[in-house]
Amino acid sequence: MSQGQIKVLVVDDEPAIRRLLRTSLSAEGYEVVDAATGEEGWTAFGRAKPDVVLLDLGLPDIDGREVIKRIRQAALTPILVLSIRSDERGKVEALDLGADDYITKPVGMEELNARLRAALRHRLQQQGAEPIFKTGELTVDLVRRHVLVKGVEVKLSPKEYDLLRILVMHAGKVLTHQHLMREVWGGATDVQYLRIYVRQLRHKIEADPERPSLVLTEPGVGYRLMLETEPGSLP
Amino acid sequence: MASIDSADRDQRPSPDALLRQAGREGHGRLKIFLGAAPGVGKTYKMLNAAQSARHEGIDVVVGVVETHGRAETMALLNGLDILPRRQIDYKDHLLDEMDIDAILARRPKLVLVDELAHTNVTGSRHPKRYLDVEELLAAGIDVYTTINIQHVESLNDVVAQITHIRIRETVPDGILDRADDIEIVDISPDDLIERLREGKVYVPAEADRALRNYFQPGNLTALRELALRRTAQRVDEQMLTYMRAHAISGPWAAGERVLVCISEHPTAMGLVRYARRLADRLHAPWTAVYVETSRYQRLGEAARDRIADTLRFAERLGGQTLTIPGRGIAEDVASYAEANNITHIVIGKSERSRWFEMMHGSVVHDLVRRAGNISVHVIAGEAAEPSDAKVIATAAPKTTFATMPYVFTFAICAVALAIGVTLNQLLNVLNIALVFLTAVLVVAARFGLMPSLFACILSVLAYNFFFLPPLYNFTITAPENIVALITFLVVAVIASNLAAGTRAQAVSASTRARVTEELLGFSRKLAGIAALDDLLWAAAYQIASMLKLRVVILMPEPNGLAVKAGYPPEDELDGSDIAAAKWCWAHNRAAGRHSDALPGAKRLFLPLRTGSGAVGVIGLDRDAPGILLSPDGRRLLDALMDLAALAIDRIHLQDDLDIAKLQAEGERLRAALLTSISHDLGTPLASIIGAASSLKSVGDRYTEPQRTELATTILEEAERLNRFVGNLLDMTKLESGAIAAKQEMIDVSEVVGTVLKRAGKVLVHHPVKVALDPDLPMLRLDFVLFEQVLFNLLDNAAKYAPAGSEIEIRAQQKDAMVEIHIRDEGTGIPHDQIERVFDKFHRVLDADRRRPGTGLGLAICRGFVASMGGNIVARNRTDRSGADFVIAFPVLPQQGALP
Repeated sequence: MSQGQIKVLVVDDEPAIRRLLRTSLSAEGYEVVDAATGEEGWTAFGRAKPDVVLLDLGLPDIDGREVIKRIRQAALTPILVLSIRSDERGKVEALDLGADDYITKPVGMEELNARLRAALRHRLQQQGAEPIFKTGELTVDLVRRHVLVKGVEVKLSPKEYDLLRILVMHAGKVLTHQHLMREVWGGATDVQYLRIYVRQLRHKIEADPERPSLVLTEPGVGYRLMLETEPGSLP
Repeated sequence: MASIDSADRDQRPSPDALLRQAGREGHGRLKIFLGAAPGVGKTYKMLNAAQSARHEGIDVVVGVVETHGRAETMALLNGLDILPRRQIDYKDHLLDEMDIDAILARRPKLVLVDELAHTNVTGSRHPKRYLDVEELLAAGIDVYTTINIQHVESLNDVVAQITHIRIRETVPDGILDRADDIEIVDISPDDLIERLREGKVYVPAEADRALRNYFQPGNLTALRELALRRTAQRVDEQMLTYMRAHAISGPWAAGERVLVCISEHPTAMGLVRYARRLADRLHAPWTAVYVETSRYQRLGEAARDRIADTLRFAERLGGQTLTIPGRGIAEDVASYAEANNITHIVIGKSERSRWFEMMHGSVVHDLVRRAGNISVHVIAGEAAEPSDAKVIATAAPKTTFATMPYVFTFAICAVALAIGVTLNQLLNVLNIALVFLTAVLVVAARFGLMPSLFACILSVLAYNFFFLPPLYNFTITAPENIVALITFLVVAVIASNLAAGTRAQAVSASTRARVTEELLGFSRKLAGIAALDDLLWAAAYQIASMLKLRVVILMPEPNGLAVKAGYPPEDELDGSDIAAAKWCWAHNRAAGRHSDALPGAKRLFLPLRTGSGAVGVIGLDRDAPGILLSPDGRRLLDALMDLAALAIDRIHLQDDLDIAKLQAEGERLRAALLTSISHDLGTPLASIIGAASSLKSVGDRYTEPQRTELATTILEEAERLNRFVGNLLDMTKLESGAIAAKQEMIDVSEVVGTVLKRAGKVLVHHPVKVALDPDLPMLRLDFVLFEQVLFNLLDNAAKYAPAGSEIEIRAQQKDAMVEIHIRDEGTGIPHDQIERVFDKFHRVLDADRRRPGTGLGLAICRGFVASMGGNIVARNRTDRSGADFVIAFPVLPQQGALP
């Protein structure tokens, strides 16, 4: 790897989970540092300077959200939250505090890898955003405001385009309802409008709007633009 | 609320038993385990009861128990003392019989005698086993026994009609009636057939034959109903509630109606009991009637009490009661019977002398003559019934001598004299006596017997003085005038007697009508009350206001009796009152003021009794000293207390039934949860551990595809486990009330898209067709919950429909609702289970296999949908086979247009 090994900090109190992540992420070529508590994690963050953090919210000493706050005050390092199913409130709170994404446990390694790549890609993009975005059959030219599906230009209304642009800028990452509404409408509004625009956007860019493959719903949390990456390749 | 605990209740004697108990001192108690058919588990139940008796330290022995080789039953014999059976030589065969002498010699407290209907082998002491049992009971030994309903004598014909099999071994109904306790051992016909199929009743070959003949579901249902009814006929309130709860209703064979005529005679209770048995056999309603003739006025208080007691006894046995005012018993009974389609009249044999009957006529003969084609049963009175000892002093209110009627009588006679004198002078009417006779009748009708006799005397004197020569003098010279005067006297006395009797009847009829009306009102009021406290208050108020007394009602609480209601409400008890109340409760007899126990107390305490025992204690007092109750008042109080006690019992039974239902449901769920956890957690874990351990230890020897196979197994089973845990979590949240459905506007198509993505792995073998109406309005729902509902339904469809068949998701608006259908192409839901598929842990069972899954998915669907204000039903498709789950949500008036 030209950029050297990517360093992942895993903060989770379950030894079994730590062992699993250490083994499988090492096999993927990451360098893994782990910690069992929030305080340990915070110390390890300062010492090891990881490229990305995998953080469990339910820690024995301090609240995972507290760890997010401290990291965000110090750095923009991508944070992926590990959460349990049906804790939508916890997910949204973590995202609002600055976490980049969440992963619901139990999780398959493929999924975890894809999320890690998306988070790291986002970090790289911040350094120099690509003007042309491509995923699957969708191409978005952020400079010329062109949207193409299978090479054919699609007409979007300004709000639809704004919505798509925000999704593209954070491609692969989940965006909360609140975040999207703030970005597109400039403030809190009824989530109903967001749903209606998502439906319209899907009708224009999805191959099968009933089974979307690009704009995915994250139940209870928000939306995510599916990022197509070649499996196994690190950014 | 405190109530008698259920163990007590099981042992509660029937009203019959209660009354007969006194006559049975020294006899053993008989408990019968009654079943509808072989195999319901009577012996098992009996042994269970015996085991708990043994654990209470009761000396139990097994006289005879047939285990039929059933292992569970045999296990229950452990620890019980089994008496060896006696061998009897019969036609070169050695046959086993119960050894009654050994039991009598051993003298246990309780003996178990299975199969009451058994016929003993020739050479035994008694030809029938129930006779053995009677001897054991007479020796003071308690007996538990079992019997099937088809062995009850009076039902023999009915059973034969139902099953086309005539049972030869029968026991007389009397033994059921004399049982202190009947416990019905009831399982549903389906369960019984299941047990039979499993070989738990007969060996397979026999079971097969039995299934084809005797054990058809229809037969079993009828037999079960019969058993329940026979038990219910004991007017066991609990059983009636049971029958009502199980919706076992008539029709009772209509047409037959029984009427029993009661008198003040002590044998009347025997007549009532006979009438009830007759009515039982005929499956007929019955009525006890008392004809109140003028004789009633002359009866002593003891006799009036007996009449009231007998009528209440009839009520307790389930009969209707009626008092009709009348002149002649035979005449009134016959006309009532005719008017009410009575088919049987029960009347007591007269104990009057032949001479008396010749003089006064025989009621029985008269009735038989008038009865036409109504059967008249003339019954010799049974031995005098031990009635509740009258231990409370009662006193008639002091009747002050009223002078006004006599003043009026004098005035009326004076008017008659004036009219007589006037008529005599103007018209020279000869029969002036008629004028006086009129006066006597007026007085009799207006003021009753005594004033009318006074009027007779005045009239005779006046007539003699003013009209019979020599005038103005009380002497009479002419013999014909003496005759006339005597005739007048006789006529006047008879006429006044009749008129006064009529008046007395009219007065008592109107008094009774008023009291009856109040009682009826009271009982209606009680019937409408569901809470015990309200009921007690209403009863206290009613008794206080009708009898002009202060009333408190006490009920048993865990730490003793406590005042639960009172009128006036501020009443508190002092030490002597509390002692009397406790005594009353403990002995089920009156205590306190003017009774023969603890008479020093301020109040009089009476037990509130029902057919099933005492439910509380009522305390009465009045500020004024002296006797509290008149005899009439006492009878009224009895009636009021009976009504109140029955109502209390009703509420208790309802509560008990609710608790029992809850407990049974809890038991079932606990058992199902255990099965589910052991199966649904255990199975995937077994696969995971197996696959993972082989990968770890010998993984290098496997080929690549083999390793992948093992890894896939681990993954799939873990995912299954994950779904199960998710379900348990959802269910727990639902049950703990932690589900708070969000109200957000959602787009059905978006939910469908999301769920299809998540359910991808579940649906690999099932193509899904999505047909959503493009104009669907948005719904106000919780996205996550709704998505879970759809997931569970898809998961369910994938489990029950064969691989390769299509699952359809369809949604359309229908009036003010949006309906979402999940349809599969499986075999559909068996009809009898359509309602139950949403029950927790319910799984539709195939004949051959058990479907994987927790049995929670659909229960969660129902809970989630309900929490979002929607509705979910299961049905079968009409266009083809397959299940069709329909979720409906109301469309809220909202803005569908874009901003």
